[in-house]
Amino acid sequence: MQPGLETLSYDFAGTRPAGAFAPVLVGVVGSGNLEVMLEASGDDRCRVAVETSARGFADTWRAVLEDFHARHGFAGVRVSINDMGATPAVVGLRLEQAVAQMGATP
Amino acid sequence: MEWRTLADALFGPAHAIAADGDFLHGEAVFDGATLAVVGSTHHAPVGVALALAQARVVLDTIERHPGRALLLLVDTQGQQLRRRDELLGIHRAMAHLGCCIDLARRRGHRVLGLVYDQALSGGFLTSGLIADACDALPEAEIRVMRLPAMARVTKIPEETLAALSIANPVFAPGVANYVAMGGVRALWTGDLAAALREALADAPVADERAALGATRGGRRLAASVIERVLAAA
Amino acid sequence: MISYAECSARERLARVLDAGSFHEWLPPAQRVTSPHLAQLGVPSSFDDGVAVGRATLDGAPVFVAAQEGGFMGGGVGEVHGAKLVGLLRRALRDRPAGVLLLAESGGVRLHEANAGLIAVSEVMRALLDARAAGVPVVVLVGGANGCFGGMGIVAACADRIVMSDVARLSMSGPEVIEASHGVEEFDSRDRALVWRTTGGKHRALAGDCDALIEDDVAAFRAAAIAQLGRPRPLAVDALEAEHALLAARLAHATADAYDFWREIGIGEPRAVPDMTAAEVEALHAALAGDA
Repeated sequence: MQPGLETLSYDFAGTRPAGAFAPVLVGVVGSGNLEVMLEASGDDRCRVAVETSARGFADTWRAVLEDFHARHGFAGVRVSINDMGATPAVVGLRLEQAVAQMGATP
Repeated sequence: MEWRTLADALFGPAHAIAADGDFLHGEAVFDGATLAVVGSTHHAPVGVALALAQARVVLDTIERHPGRALLLLVDTQGQQLRRRDELLGIHRAMAHLGCCIDLARRRGHRVLGLVYDQALSGGFLTSGLIADACDALPEAEIRVMRLPAMARVTKIPEETLAALSIANPVFAPGVANYVAMGGVRALWTGDLAAALREALADAPVADERAALGATRGGRRLAASVIERVLAAA
Repeated sequence: MISYAECSARERLARVLDAGSFHEWLPPAQRVTSPHLAQLGVPSSFDDGVAVGRATLDGAPVFVAAQEGGFMGGGVGEVHGAKLVGLLRRALRDRPAGVLLLAESGGVRLHEANAGLIAVSEVMRALLDARAAGVPVVVLVGGANGCFGGMGIVAACADRIVMSDVARLSMSGPEVIEASHGVEEFDSRDRALVWRTTGGKHRALAGDCDALIEDDVAAFRAAAIAQLGRPRPLAVDALEAEHALLAARLAHATADAYDFWREIGIGEPRAVPDMTAAEVEALHAALAGDA
């Protein structure tokens, strides 16, 4: 199998402005795990960038992220993910853990 | 290169360097000054005993010969892979050797490393890599791990590693990679005695290797990351 | 009790240091990541597996680094190593009350082997520079991956080491020793053997760590505070004492900890693995008192 990371990106129109917040980081890039970083972007989108060593799961990522965006609808959030083969359940968990840590203005 | 051949080329036949098994030690006169020589041969595995034997020479030099330069002759297959050495604290013995060498430097002894055959991994860490500077012979082998073993451990195909290592010196064996990354300062070609003379004259006090790696292009980020930490708010 | 071993590097920093005091340099949002991993098909981490910065510990200004054992086994790569070097060089310049290294590492990151090896040697030099300038360096070893390889050597270059009894501190992992010299040399699946060879209890009894504690973040915090106040001098007589101590160990002929412990005066070596950290510490103190 040809090694190499798969890079995926998604761009959603947001409805709930997240405002200013200090960057949030949850998770660890270990086997079956991932890192999720949330940053305030100041625009009206929710953009997601994924780098993953588990290739071929673009549809699964889309489903999980659409679900995430349907739940929160953030505007002005940049989501960055480094993934080493986490299951959709773990991805969803980390996303929610990250949202829970979005706090006040830095 | 055989250590005797090297010693003869550097110092002529009248040197007082001897090998006790894998342990090299002694003195040699060079340009009118006595050098302390310590190191290893026969691709020595460095365990607690050999680390301590070398540390003893360094400590004796500090205590009895203020200002005397030290030449570390490096030929090692790396740390000794034995349970007894782990039990006895091989990490601590190797750190002790490194601390003795570092103290010698601090006390004004110039310490020069020369990889004249092999330098692997932990054996290299507490010898050549903690000197003022480390040079190597062009035919030296320097590495952390061979590619087949690296492939097994990282689960990355050996062919992939081999292909990537052509353009990137960051993981593959090779003295040229260490030169490019600033870990080895210079290769001694031609007149070995002249190279030693130049090395002794040019021993840095500060650790310049990250900057050297940046200049040479083999380690492009280390120096700038260090600077960024120093400058961070 | 909160398990230090089960915490991530960042959780450890949050719980060991004064609450809210950690200010990170080169935080994840700056994306100072490895330039080498992507081409190997390996995902990067936004902080390259180590968080560095300043904080206070019991009110005293300290510089800190915490290695994330969950990322690449805490292995030191080019950027990771440079962050550690930068931290220690900054300590030399800014003279905090001390440096705390929350170490969890297999040593050099194989994927960046050469950069990692050189970086570890730069860390050693910068650490010794800081110590020589009077800045104490204390290493905390409490992660599930232990502290091995080049980081094991770095730890032994520090002033003091704090270990929990679930952690290990050494040079080579048992797997690589078994691969090299066979299962009779070191059965890597014999956990009891592994831990009594390189684990906290043995290191405490041998004097290779300065404090042995339970796997508890509060205990690590207390021990860090205590050990920062006990720097070791970097002088010839100190090195001579260290040399004598290590040279005496060569008299231990076997490779088994039970023999070692019996030879240093422990009456019931086989009772040690079931003792608590506090009991082992007391035993060590009693032996040292007799010495």
